[in-house]
Amino acid sequence: MDNQPTSLADFIVSDAKAVRLEPGDDARALLPHLARLALVEIAFPTFRDGRGYSAARILREAGYGGGLRAAGDVLVDQIVYLRRCGFDSFAPNVPLDPAVMDGALARYPAVYQRAADGVDPVWKLRHG
Amino acid sequence: MYCYDHYDQAIVDARVDEFRDQVKRRLAGELSEDQFKPLRLMNGLYLQLHAYMLRVAIPYGTLSSAQMRMLATIARKYDRDYGHFTTRQNIQYNWIKLSDAPDILADLASVEMHAIQTSGNCIRNISSDQFAGAAADEVTDPRPWAELLRQWSSFHPEFSYLPRKFKIAVIASEQDRAAMRLHDIGIRIIERDGTLGAQIYVGGGMGRTPMIAPLIKDFVPLDDLLSYIEACLRVYNRYGRRDNIYKARIKILIHELGADEFARQVEAEFAHVKTLDLDPPRAEFERIAAQFALPSLVPKALAAPNVASDYADPAFTQWLTQNTHPHKVPGHAIVTISLKPLGGIPGDASSSQIDVMADLAQRYSFDELRVTHTQNIVLPHVAASDLRAVYDALVAAGLASSNVDLISDIIACPGLDYCSLANARSIPVAQKIAARFADTARQRDLGELKLKISGCINACGHHHAGHIGILGVDRKGTENYQLSLGGSGAEDVSLAKITGPGFDEDGIVDAVTRVTDLYLEVRDPGERFLDTYRRVGMDPFKEVLYG
Amino acid sequence: MKLLTGNDLKSGAVTWWTGSGWSIHVADAADVGGAGEPILQSEEGARRVNAPYLIDAVATPDGPAPSHIKDRVRAVGPTVRRDLTLKPADTWAL
Repeated sequence: MDNQPTSLADFIVSDAKAVRLEPGDDARALLPHLARLALVEIAFPTFRDGRGYSAARILREAGYGGGLRAAGDVLVDQIVYLRRCGFDSFAPNVPLDPAVMDGALARYPAVYQRAADGVDPVWKLRHG
Repeated sequence: MYCYDHYDQAIVDARVDEFRDQVKRRLAGELSEDQFKPLRLMNGLYLQLHAYMLRVAIPYGTLSSAQMRMLATIARKYDRDYGHFTTRQNIQYNWIKLSDAPDILADLASVEMHAIQTSGNCIRNISSDQFAGAAADEVTDPRPWAELLRQWSSFHPEFSYLPRKFKIAVIASEQDRAAMRLHDIGIRIIERDGTLGAQIYVGGGMGRTPMIAPLIKDFVPLDDLLSYIEACLRVYNRYGRRDNIYKARIKILIHELGADEFARQVEAEFAHVKTLDLDPPRAEFERIAAQFALPSLVPKALAAPNVASDYADPAFTQWLTQNTHPHKVPGHAIVTISLKPLGGIPGDASSSQIDVMADLAQRYSFDELRVTHTQNIVLPHVAASDLRAVYDALVAAGLASSNVDLISDIIACPGLDYCSLANARSIPVAQKIAARFADTARQRDLGELKLKISGCINACGHHHAGHIGILGVDRKGTENYQLSLGGSGAEDVSLAKITGPGFDEDGIVDAVTRVTDLYLEVRDPGERFLDTYRRVGMDPFKEVLYG
Repeated sequence: MKLLTGNDLKSGAVTWWTGSGWSIHVADAADVGGAGEPILQSEEGARRVNAPYLIDAVATPDGPAPSHIKDRVRAVGPTVRRDLTLKPADTWAL
C-alpha cells in the first residue's frame, strides 16, 4: 500500500511515499526526502492543537508540491486557515457538509498576510 | 487615525457574516458548545458569570468620536447602559445575549470596529502608548506599526490555534506607558545612527508566574519587523507547551529554553522567513502612517487660560496638575479623564458619560480619544484655551476626578462581581480604599501611587505591576487578600513582592493605610512610595503590617 | 442540597432547574440530590440549557442559598450594582 502514510520514524528509514506527522514531529525532518513524497498527512488529534498549521507551511515553503492532508478533529471552521497553510485534502473525524465548506471557502474576499496558498495579501493589492 | 479602505471593510463584513452563520448553527444544535466556544472566543464573546460578555477591540486604544458614540449606543441598545474599559485598552459589555451578538458585530462594523481576536488562543489586541502622537518624548508615533501588526495578525492562518493567548505592545519612547515588558512581545522603536529599528522583548507576562520580558533582539530594522515577529510566533506555535494550561504562555518557553537559545531559534527561523516576502512594502507603511499625521495644531503661547481667574479656582488647577500632561505642540495639553470617581467602579462609564466624552473629543480633541491600560480615557490634543470648557463639561458629567496616578486611581479587574474565573471581589475593595483615602490633600501628599487589584491569579488587574498590589484569593470559601509591594509596569519595571499572610476585606484597607503611613514617615524628599520601598526594603513594611 | 444551574443558550441568563423547567430565580431551584447528572445531560442535549453544572446550596426561609460566594453572586447579580440584581434586597449575596 504505497500511499498508506507511515510514521515519521518509519518513513525516514524506508522508501515509503506517504508519511503521517503527529503534532510533536518536526516537519523539517522531511525536507531531505521531499522528492519521494506523494502525500503528507498531518494529524490534528484536537483542533485546538495548532502545530499542524506550522508543519504544513514549512513543507510548502520548502517547495513540497505533493498532497497535504489534515486528518482528525478538523471542523469546517478551520478549513480556510488549513487551506491557506497549504492543505489540499481533509480526512475529518466527522464528515464535513460540502455546502457549509464551500460557503466558508468563499466567504473572505481578501487576506491580510502571505501564507502558503500563494494568494496576494491586501498590501500587495493596494500597491502592486 | 487609521480609516478602513474597502478591503478592510469587506473583511470585517465577512467576519460578521461568518459569525452570524456560526451563531445560527449553534442555536440550531449543529455546533456543540465545545466546538462553538473557540469560535465565539475569537469574536470576543465569553460566557461569563451573569450572561455573555462581549469584549470589543479598540486597536492600540485609539478611537474616534463616532466610534465612541457607537460604544454608547451598544450599551444602551443591547446591554445595561454602561461599559467597562479594560487593562488592555478594550471595552467590555457584561449583559449580552447570544442572539444579539451578530447584530452588535454588524453595528460595530458600520463604524469600522470589531471584536476579532479579543479572546482565544490567538494574537490579541496590539496595545500601545496612550500618549502616542502627542507626547514629546517619542521617536516616532508607534501606532502605524501597531496597525501593521494588527492587520498582519488578523485571521493569521498559522497562529490562530496557539498554545495560549498572545499579547503584543508597541511603544516608541524611553518612558514605558504601556507596560511593554510585561507582554508576550514588547516592541520599543528606537533610533540608532539615524535609522529607526525595534528592540524586541519576548516572554513577559503576569498571571500565575509573572515574568519580565528579556531583550531577545537588540535592533530589528523596521522593514523586517513583521518577518521577525512571524519567526517568534512560529517558534512559539511549534514549541510552546500544550500539556498544561498554566505553562502554555511563551514566557514559560523562554524560561525553559533560556533567552539565548530562544533567540537563536528565532534567528534561524527569521533567516528563512525573510526569504518569503512577508513584509509589506514601505509604501504600505507610508499609506498607514499618513493617517496618523498630527492634526494641524497651531502652536500657541504658553498655556494661558481664557480668564485669569480660572487659575484662582483650586479645583480646576488641581485637575490641571493631576490630569493633564504636556503636549509636544506648545499651548496644548494631553487630557486624561479619570474613570475612578469616588464610589464608582474603576473603568466603568455610563452610556451618557461615553457620549459626553465623544462630544468633547469631537469639539476639543480633533475627534480622537484613547483608552489607557489603566482604565482611563485620554483626549490627546486639547488646546490650553479649551481646558476650562473641557473641565466644566467633565464636572457636569461626573468625570472630573483629579486623581490620575494617585492612590485612588485604582486599576481593578471586574473580579468576583462579574468574572467566573475570580476567587474574590475586587471592586468593593477598590471602593473602600478610595473611600479611606478620599481626602484629596492626603492623596496629593502621597503622590504617585499605582495601586492595582486582581480578583484572581490570572492578574487581569496587573497587581504584579502595582506599587501596591492586591490579589484576592479564596481561603476556605472566604475572600482573602494578599498584599504586595514594589511592582512597576513602567520603564523601571519590577514585580511586586508579597508582604506575608493575607487579610480580610477590612484588614486589607487597614494594611494599605499602614504601609502608606510608613511611607509618609520615612520618605526622603522627592521619593515616591515606590522609591521609598526600593530604598528601605520590605522589612519595615512587614513590621508595621504584622508587628 | 444540590442545585442544577446553567445559562440560557440564547440570552445567556443564569438559569436554575426547578424540577420541571428552568427559571432565572434561584428561589425556584429544586434540590436534585444525587440525581442531577442525567437531568443535566438530557437538558443540555436538548439545548434547553448551556454549560450546566451542579452546585451545593443550603435551604433558607427565602429559598435555596448557594454555598459558595461565587454562586451567590451569580444567582443574584453584582454586589456593586444593586440596581442590576434580581432581588436587590438580598443580603446573603454578600
